[in-house]
Amino acid sequence: MNATKYIIEFSYLVASILFILGLKGMSHPESARRGMHLAEFGMLMAVIGTLLHSGMSYEWIIAGLLIGSTIGAMMAVWVPMTAMPQRTALSHAFGAFAAALVGIAEYYEHGAELGQFKMTAIGFEVMLGALTTTGSLMAFAKLQGLVRGTPMTFRGQNVFNMTLLAATIGCFVYLLVVPTAAPFFYVMVGLAFLFGILLVMPIGAADMPVVMSLLNSYAGLAAAATGFALSNNVLIIAGTLDGFSGFILSVLMCRAMNRSMTNVLFGAFGSAGAAAAGDGEMGTMREVSVDDVAVQLAYANQVIFAPGYGMATAQAQHIVRELASVLEKRGVSVKYAIHPVAGRMPGHMNVLLAEANVPYSSLYELEQINHEFPSTDVAVVIGANDVVNPDARDNPNSPIAGMPILEVDRARSVVVLKRGKGKGFAGIENPLFFKPVTGMLYGDAKDSLTKLVQAVQHA
Amino acid sequence: MSSETLIAAFYVFALAAFLGYQVISRVPPLLHTPLMSATNAISGISLVGSIVLAGTGGNLVSKLLGFTAVTCATINVVGGFGITDRMLKMFKKKETAPEKKSEDEKP
Repeated sequence: MNATKYIIEFSYLVASILFILGLKGMSHPESARRGMHLAEFGMLMAVIGTLLHSGMSYEWIIAGLLIGSTIGAMMAVWVPMTAMPQRTALSHAFGAFAAALVGIAEYYEHGAELGQFKMTAIGFEVMLGALTTTGSLMAFAKLQGLVRGTPMTFRGQNVFNMTLLAATIGCFVYLLVVPTAAPFFYVMVGLAFLFGILLVMPIGAADMPVVMSLLNSYAGLAAAATGFALSNNVLIIAGTLDGFSGFILSVLMCRAMNRSMTNVLFGAFGSAGAAAAGDGEMGTMREVSVDDVAVQLAYANQVIFAPGYGMATAQAQHIVRELASVLEKRGVSVKYAIHPVAGRMPGHMNVLLAEANVPYSSLYELEQINHEFPSTDVAVVIGANDVVNPDARDNPNSPIAGMPILEVDRARSVVVLKRGKGKGFAGIENPLFFKPVTGMLYGDAKDSLTKLVQAVQHA
Repeated sequence: MSSETLIAAFYVFALAAFLGYQVISRVPPLLHTPLMSATNAISGISLVGSIVLAGTGGNLVSKLLGFTAVTCATINVVGGFGITDRMLKMFKKKETAPEKKSEDEKP
């Protein structure tokens, strides 16, 4: 080892430590930003260290760095907060694609001389990278509304997907025995790309928090596999951190829906006709006017907002905050109840409300807020449905039975802001809407809230 | 690759996994979106492999693959860290009404 090699390895070591410290900072909002600056600095160290490698030609590197930085910076500055799930999905795709390409090039250059171990690492890297790339692009397309968000299914889908996966793994195993069989390598890559699409296709938009977390995990593991292939520790460490983070998040999300990972991935939950049972004899919904609600809110002691994906689509977070300010000025205590799977990615609602300047001390998690509903005068549901569906608690036959919910129905009165009379995403009837305590305020959430703000001011 | 390097690599992997579990489980749900975008940016570390490929690739194909990989990974790193910072900047503690119990400790 010459001096340069030591410097490079040292820069990787520093980077690894800074990444870990950076993520440790994430344990609290106050230390999070500083933590991220550490991680950014770590990344810079790793890149500079890498550039010191001997015998490098820089033209392609510089071109790539410049183009990538420009696009990345533009994305960072201009993407609206409501589009955060899409952006994250796209970013997973880029990261995974880079890992896949590195693996492909490694095989392309060294194919025959690769030992069995390296071949294993490259196989994992390329498979995970490829399926994450297309899977994330598919998730992006669903979240962006380029393709419909409902599960896309066909007969024998699971069997077909399993066969495809088996074929991919078959190619991989064959390559381990005969590393020179280049066609098998490229077929494996192609199949993995295809599998990514098929994996995400049958998953409904409401299950996206799990899928996003899983793809996050795969992207990390692809990077870790790259680390094994290149015997580079910083890649292993950073990739593993990402892989585990994504994995933990996906487990948390599944738990928040009381469903297994298998059910989320292969259940095609919420597809048409899957949950048609049980409607009909629900009773009538009671429609309320803006003025009624305004009076209720204005003279309440405590109001809890329960936001869902509808708040994001209506971009209503700022006006929610405005309503909250008006109410707080009148002495009403205002809290926000955040369900872990509200929205399309973990923590989605928190970010939107933070953007609207809601202090994080007013945001409450499920377990923290549920006992407060009985002493709450008005619970306002803004574009949330399944996460407040009392059937999950009361009806063991419900498709979402056992899912922990925000128990808004225990509040003294409930106001549901809803676009129309339709069912929730999963096509499940929500008895909350038919309860005597519930008033339905139809219309675009943003419009309704704007009117409410004015009405409360005059109340 | 010698078997010692391999074993060392597995040690690193196992320890990083353990550490990752410990560190990540302390992140409150409040910060799950920034966490995901941060870890995503960190996994852009494949930039390191991409750079080596783009810089030392033997022929044009490798170089082009390397160039594309560098571009993608850089988008991931710069975009990811940029947006994470933008998000984290928004999380504020309450300035008024100090009576709130603000610690969102997870059970």
